[in-house]
Amino acid sequence: MDVFEILLTAGFWAATLRIATPLIFGTLGELICERAGVLNLGIEGIMTMGAMCGWMWVYMGGDLTSGVLFAAFIGALFGLLHSIFAVYLGLSQHVAGIGITMLGSSLSYFVFRMLLPNATTPPKIDAFENVAIPVLSDVPFLGPALFNQTPMTYAAFVAVIGVWYGLHRTPLGLAVRMVGENPLAAEAQGINVLAVRTGAVMFGSALMSVGGAFLTMSAFDAFFFGMINGRGWICVALVIFASWNPGKALFGALLFAGIDAWQVRVQQLPGVNIPYQFFLMAPYVLSILAMIMVSRKALYPKALLVPFRRGERT
Amino acid sequence: MRLEPRQTIPMWMVLSAPVMAIITALVVCAGLVMWAGEPVLQAYWLLFKGAVGTRFALTETLTRATPMILTGLAAAVAFRAKLWNIGGEGQFYVGALMATWLGSGMVVLPPWLMIPFLLITGALAGGFLLLVPAILKNKLKVDEVVTTLLLNFIVLLFVNFLLEGPLKDPMSMGWPQSASIIDEGVLPGIVSKSRLHLGFFIAMGAAVIVWAIMRFTVWGYEIRAVGFNAAAAAFSGIGVKRTVVLTALLSGGLAGIAGVGEVAGTKGYLTLDLSPGFGYAGIAVAMLAALHPLAVIASALFLAGIYVGADSMSRAINVPTYIADVIVATCVLSVLVSLMLTRFRVRLR
Repeated sequence: MDVFEILLTAGFWAATLRIATPLIFGTLGELICERAGVLNLGIEGIMTMGAMCGWMWVYMGGDLTSGVLFAAFIGALFGLLHSIFAVYLGLSQHVAGIGITMLGSSLSYFVFRMLLPNATTPPKIDAFENVAIPVLSDVPFLGPALFNQTPMTYAAFVAVIGVWYGLHRTPLGLAVRMVGENPLAAEAQGINVLAVRTGAVMFGSALMSVGGAFLTMSAFDAFFFGMINGRGWICVALVIFASWNPGKALFGALLFAGIDAWQVRVQQLPGVNIPYQFFLMAPYVLSILAMIMVSRKALYPKALLVPFRRGERT
Repeated sequence: MRLEPRQTIPMWMVLSAPVMAIITALVVCAGLVMWAGEPVLQAYWLLFKGAVGTRFALTETLTRATPMILTGLAAAVAFRAKLWNIGGEGQFYVGALMATWLGSGMVVLPPWLMIPFLLITGALAGGFLLLVPAILKNKLKVDEVVTTLLLNFIVLLFVNFLLEGPLKDPMSMGWPQSASIIDEGVLPGIVSKSRLHLGFFIAMGAAVIVWAIMRFTVWGYEIRAVGFNAAAAAFSGIGVKRTVVLTALLSGGLAGIAGVGEVAGTKGYLTLDLSPGFGYAGIAVAMLAALHPLAVIASALFLAGIYVGADSMSRAINVPTYIADVIVATCVLSVLVSLMLTRFRVRLR
């Protein structure tokens, strides 16, 4: 097998979808926040929190579906917290976001240690299992590659369509985009800018949290320290790469996941003598390259990073 | 409710802002201690004693504060210019890497030359690492938050590679660690029977120098002007891009020196766990200091005390040591609010 034959294996495509799932959720979440004009650097911490909370819910006896909803709820709470700082008080979105990330990660570890003080090997839960879609999963090659995933992966694809439709085809989505482009005009239309921004940040944070929960409830069955490992930051880069567009975000996440799935397999080929660390660097290096590639035509939402205070012209 | 800018900001208010933030953080985190089922006052008393209660505790806190002063300065300088350098961790490691590479036998100089040599090369390494995001920001408007963050992961993997390959100490019994820094390059201890080393004075000196630069030089003025209003600064003839580059070199250099200090002072050799997040802690240090270089010293001492004290507290009672990180995070968020309250008056209507 050579480096290109990998692309012809069903396992590679299945892995690509699996690796892409948390990135899709995280990127969609960040995209919604930024479309409303709020940078959410809390993503890394919110994903950690989602990973811990969803897992813990199930470990404590809850079922998987309500665990995902619980993770989403906690994510929305962190989104509300970020909104209080970044939207209502109009504080530095950079610093507030970093603070939320620090809080989310440290609180996750604290709660995990608190509830499981003596856990040496990470305890496990019965995670989501693959659900084969009838008929489609029987198609040769494509079936096992694409249609035998966990429910959360299917949900990620549904979420892309939902977010695209919501943002671009509904009045609410128009309001979200408007407060991110021209909040004064939105206000003139009778839109409550602060409320719409808060709602967008809460919903986006809930999606990020679900992305984190995927890791502990679907991809793996345990919670590890540091398991988000920069995925949140990659999502922030992917949003720019996707120029704030849900469809392109899906493409970006799949491209990244594909390269990631590919490098894992190339590592194992005989005769490949590149140290594994360089393969592991690939997603981070690629994220930077992707940002450089689109930098010339990046069209930021005009009011991104600009706090809105009622009755004040800027 | 509306916010009204204050005409004048009284000094006592500026000074009390971090204190209020710390009190808020401790009150909020008291909830976590109560949840753990331990008495709050006793827990904080144990934390306090663990940080400064004994001679050993005190020197440990000062040792821990040393890199935090430097990474705190790195963040403070960069944030002043609104250059969002979140890459202190990466710059710390390239500084440490440079010191290890040059200092474990490749270059041999007498101590009075060797130590400055390691500090300067480490600073250059850190500075040049931040130069990459700074130039990308200048030339292509690539967001530096994401690039500096991602570089942290890249640098750590690169260090991992070197420690398992070219830089691995053959005598280390299989552990991924480097050879030791040669004696000439080791920062001498300054208090007997402790880990406290010359790096502490270097960090204090750096804070004074950075303060002087920011306060008295044209360059410092330009950094502040660019951060305050880049468009106005450009209009008045300040080279904004040049200022961003110089800020990046200074900021990255400070974080790089922190790495040199840990390798050549505290630990003596390079490992992958050299930093328990000093780069990220630097952001908290800088924020709690309201980006003031001299206040960074006090802020770093306080936060280092929280980390050291929490370690000791968690051994005595049933509160996980991660409480320290929660307190630090809460401090960052609450100081943001308390600093805002110094600038604005809240009017309830």
